[in-house]
This record gives sequence, C-alpha cells and structure tokens, in this order.
Amino acid sequence: MTTQEAFYNYIVRFGDDSLILGQRLSEWCGHGPILEEDIALTNIALDLIGQTTNLFELAVQIEGKGKDVDQLAFLRLEKEYTNLLLVEQPNVDFGYTIVRQFFFDVFRKLTFEALCQSSDEKLAAIAEKSLKEIKYHLKHSSEWVIRLGDGTEESHTRVQAAVNTLWKFTNELFYQDEVDQKVIELGLGVDTSLFKEAWQLHVEKVFTEATLTIPANTWQHEGGRKGTHTEHLGYLLSEMQYMQRAYPNMEW
Amino acid sequence: MSTKNIEELEKEFQAKIDADIKIEPNDWMPEAYRKTLMRQISQHAHSEIVGMLPEGNWITRAPSLKRKAVLLAKVQDEAGHGLYLYSAAETLGLDRESSIDDLHSGKAKYSSIFNYPTLSWADMGTIGWLVDGAAIMNQVPLCRCSYGPYARAMVRVCKEESFHQRQGFEIVSLLANGTPEQKQMVQDSLNRFWWPALMMFGPNDDNSPNSAQSVKWKIKRMSNDELRQQFIDVTVLQAEMVGLTIPDKDLKWNEATGHYDFGAINWEEFNQVIQGNGPCNKDRIDARRNAKENGAWVREAANAFAEKRKKKELTH
Amino acid sequence: MSSKEWPLWEVFIRSKQGLSHKHVGSLRAADAQMAIDNARDVYTRRSEGISIWVIESKLVTASDPDESAELFEPADSKIYRHPTFYNVPDGISHM
Repeated sequence: MTTQEAFYNYIVRFGDDSLILGQRLSEWCGHGPILEEDIALTNIALDLIGQTTNLFELAVQIEGKGKDVDQLAFLRLEKEYTNLLLVEQPNVDFGYTIVRQFFFDVFRKLTFEALCQSSDEKLAAIAEKSLKEIKYHLKHSSEWVIRLGDGTEESHTRVQAAVNTLWKFTNELFYQDEVDQKVIELGLGVDTSLFKEAWQLHVEKVFTEATLTIPANTWQHEGGRKGTHTEHLGYLLSEMQYMQRAYPNMEW
Repeated sequence: MSTKNIEELEKEFQAKIDADIKIEPNDWMPEAYRKTLMRQISQHAHSEIVGMLPEGNWITRAPSLKRKAVLLAKVQDEAGHGLYLYSAAETLGLDRESSIDDLHSGKAKYSSIFNYPTLSWADMGTIGWLVDGAAIMNQVPLCRCSYGPYARAMVRVCKEESFHQRQGFEIVSLLANGTPEQKQMVQDSLNRFWWPALMMFGPNDDNSPNSAQSVKWKIKRMSNDELRQQFIDVTVLQAEMVGLTIPDKDLKWNEATGHYDFGAINWEEFNQVIQGNGPCNKDRIDARRNAKENGAWVREAANAFAEKRKKKELTH
Repeated sequence: MSSKEWPLWEVFIRSKQGLSHKHVGSLRAADAQMAIDNARDVYTRRSEGISIWVIESKLVTASDPDESAELFEPADSKIYRHPTFYNVPDGISHM
C-alpha cells in the first residue's frame, strides 16, 4: 500500500463515520421527542454532513482521479464503506441515539484534538474546524446521558439497555491496521491506542454521574473498517443511494 | 384597577389598532381578538410542524451531500418557525403542549397542502417554489400585524424563509433544464402541486366568514383572493421562464384587469382535505402523535433529573 | 403519561460585543443548562449571537399596562431633561 493509498483510506474512514452517523441522525428530523431537541439533533446531523463534505473533498484530492464528493458518498458498494459498526446501528429510541452519539463523540474529540497536529495542513485545518462542533456534540450527548441515566426508572432502564447493546461496538473505535501504521509513521495520522484509556476514563466518569454501568460481557465486534458490516448498513445505503442509482449521471 | 366598561375599552382598543399601535401581551384586548389570534397563530405553528414531514420524507434520499444539508437546514428552520409561533401563542396564555394535543386530536387545523404526498425529488423543488412562495405571500403582510409578539415572530420567520423559496426554485430550474427524465419529473410535480398550492390561500372571500373582522383588527392584512391572484400573477411568469406548463387550460392573461384569469378551484377537494380526508392526513398526524408519545419518557426523565439537581443544590 | 411540561424560559441574546442582550423569544427546557443549549440551537442558527441569557418566564415581573399612564406619562412633560430644551448662542461648539 502506498502512502497516498493509506492516507486516502484513512480520510475516507473518518468521512464515512460522519456520513453514516449524519444519515442516521437525519432520520430524527421531524420526529424528535420535543421541538427543541428535534432542532438540536438536526444541528448535529448538519455538522456531520459538513464534516463529510470537507473530508471527502480532501480524499478525492489525494486520490487524484477527478471524482467528486458525491460519487464517493453515494456510489460505492456496501463493502467499500469503511465506517465504524457503531455509527450504522439503528436509532431505536432517543436513548440508543444518545448513547451511540456519546461513545462516538468522546472518541472523535480525542482523535480530532490529536489530528490538529497532523503533518498534513489540510487535514489539520479540517480537524480544527470540526473540533469546535465535536466539543458541542459531546457536551450535548454527555448531558443527555446523565439526564436519562439519572432521570426516571424508565429512562435509566432504557439507556442502560442501549449501553448494554452498543458496548460491543466500542472496541472497534480503536481498531488499527496497516493503513494507520503508515499514516502514523509519517505524522499524518494519530495513534488512537494512546488515548484508549482516556476514552474509557471519560466514559466511566460520565457513567458514574449517570448511575450507569459498563456491561460485564465485554465480547467485541469489528469489521467496519474493512468493509464487513452489520445487516443495518445495506438498508441505510439503499435509501441513501436511491436517487444516484435510479438516475445515474445527472446533476441535482 | 380599571373601572372602564367593555364598550369604552373596545373603543380604545380599536383606536389603537387604527393608529397602528401594536397590542402587547398584557394589554387589554377583546376576548374575540384573543381567541382569533390564538386560533390563527397556533394553526400557523401547526402548519410549520406538520410541514416538516412531507419534506422530511426526502432527507434520507437526497441526491447529493449539498442537497441533503440544504434540505435538513430548511426542515430544521420549519421546526424553528413552529417554535417561534408557539412562543408567540404562549404570550396569549395558550399552552404549547395542550395546543399540540388539539392538533393530534383533530380539533386544531393546519394548512391543507401538507396532506399531499411527496412522491419524487422534484417535489422538494416544487414545495420550496410554490408552497413556500405562497406562504411568504401570506406571511409578509403579517409582519405588520397588530399583535406585537406575532408580528415579531413573523419578521424572524420571513427573514429566514427567503432562502427556502430560492433553493426550491433552484431545484426546479435545474430539473427543468436537465435530462428528459428530470424534466418529466418536475412537470409531474408541478401538475400535482399547482392546485393544492392555490388552495393554500383559503376559501374565496365570499366564503371566508372571519375575514372582515380580522382585517379590521389588522391580524389579516389582505384578503384570500387578493393574495391568490398576486401569487398566480408572479408564478406564471416564473414557470414560463423555466419552460414548465401550468396545468390549467383556462389560464389566460386578461388585459382589462391586468391579471391572469384562471380555472375553477375544486373546493370540494379542499373541504374534504381540511376535514381529514386528504391522501396523507392520517399519516401526518400519526407521525406527530408518535413523536410526542415516544418522547414522553425523555421529557419526564429531564424533569425528574432537574428536580433531583435542585434538591441536591439546596442540601449543599 | 405524566402531563408535567418543561417550564417556559425567556431568551435574551447579545448579537455582538458592545451591545446589550435583547429579548428574542421563549422556549421550553427542563433546566437552565438545557435552556442555554436550546437557545443556542433555536435562536442563533444564523450567527445571531455571541452570548445568551435565559430566565424562567415565571420569574419575570412586568409593569401593569393599566398603570402605564401614571408610570410613564409624567416623564413626557419634563422636557428640561433633554439637551434640546436649552438655547446656546450661535458659534458655540463642542456642547
């Protein structure tokens, strides 16, 4: 794998995370638990779609084949998407949505803080811009994890169930392979294993306040970074890609 | 305390309205004025909220990242507009959630247009162009409405709404100048939305019982028919510019009146849709009711947590 | 289902440094922190603000419109409080 290929794949992974999570959150638009929160979730979705666009613009530049961001976003096969399994999980309810977001936000914040130091100026600039958004997302998701965890008996049960279900996708946040090794060596990317502990500590701290616990069974799933997904992604993509597939090569 | 009798108060009230002095929440106002406003503002708010759904349909299927972001931002604005309007209604003592319950029970009405389905991506263009276009025409005069909080909310809404119609027309004109499939898609969309858009202005003036009083109170500043005619006059030209055909064989420029003559509106359809028998009435209300019911545990949790926090702070 | 609703909050936004906070509307929130967050999402989507105040609506005390005559009209006749009340000879500047 060349450096160029590794860096391209590296950026696309982050872009896919933003894209798929943004798509999931946008399903909430018009259906939120209260108007104010509907607007808040949409804001996060918009930030994520914006991050996708920035990251994909950089990716297609690196690739240098003259593709546009929409080809990348809409016209790959399922196994070519390299997002985390966590972000493709369905919304289920507001509790699942918040827990999924919280696990992701803590990871994203740590990763993008480090990426601000990337030797690639463009990536560093994207990281810096996105970081402001991510910090707000993390504040929002943390507050809600605490509210729901320490709210009513029902909300506690629901949000704990979400934690129990989604925990098995958290180890994959720190997945690394030859793509990462290559970009870490060159200072383009970051070694996420360095802040695995910080992630765990942050989550535990919020969980303590939320009276939530980490499940006993720690068996983990992975595969997203290599294109092996859960069953949920196929449906998400068929919906997302519908227009581009049904009406190829048109301007919208 | 005021010792004036109702008649004097009403006279003073109308004098203020005639002098273009705004009415503010705690000012004395006739009960009928308050009731009319509460009905009008909450209907308006409900329309914004229900109006999120037909477009929300297409967010997950938007054909590009740019269009996805624009559509998300637009539907989000509609939530915001609903919120500004509910907030204006709250100043009259109309509690938001009970007003929403009236919507869910079918007691409160909302704009009939949102009971039509969005069947293609072109509908995102047509809704922006026609539905927001019609809404803006209705709303601009309301920025001068006599009730302060409503007028202020409308100023904000109109400011934000200006991008809605433009993004819609951009989609329409792109498709109208696109491939044959795209052109057909947008013409089909116009065919479906034209007449429902004209119905958005409400019944003919002869059949609009509350209009005269509302105009006198300056909570309505132009009549339904005036607004409808104004809408047709500007829209016909826009359709011609992009080469689309308005689906009305009676549409014809009238030199004498300086306006377009147009065909008969199917008022029976309008009445049926208003009464709940449109293609999507049930789906729309079900979606909103589900959102509220599924969110109940979230709202309760936040309340319970806030109370716990308060107690904790007190004991510290 | 409990019918207890989130309280209503009034929102004030400072649009830029040097200007005072201005009332922009209201919203619902369970607590003050949420009210700030919601105000950010609802009222500053187009960069309308750099600072937010929120206060629970029930804590606002308003003057009674029925008393507005006695409260505010007496000031109208005190025209000597305004600089235009005074005559200054022609040619005098910086005053």
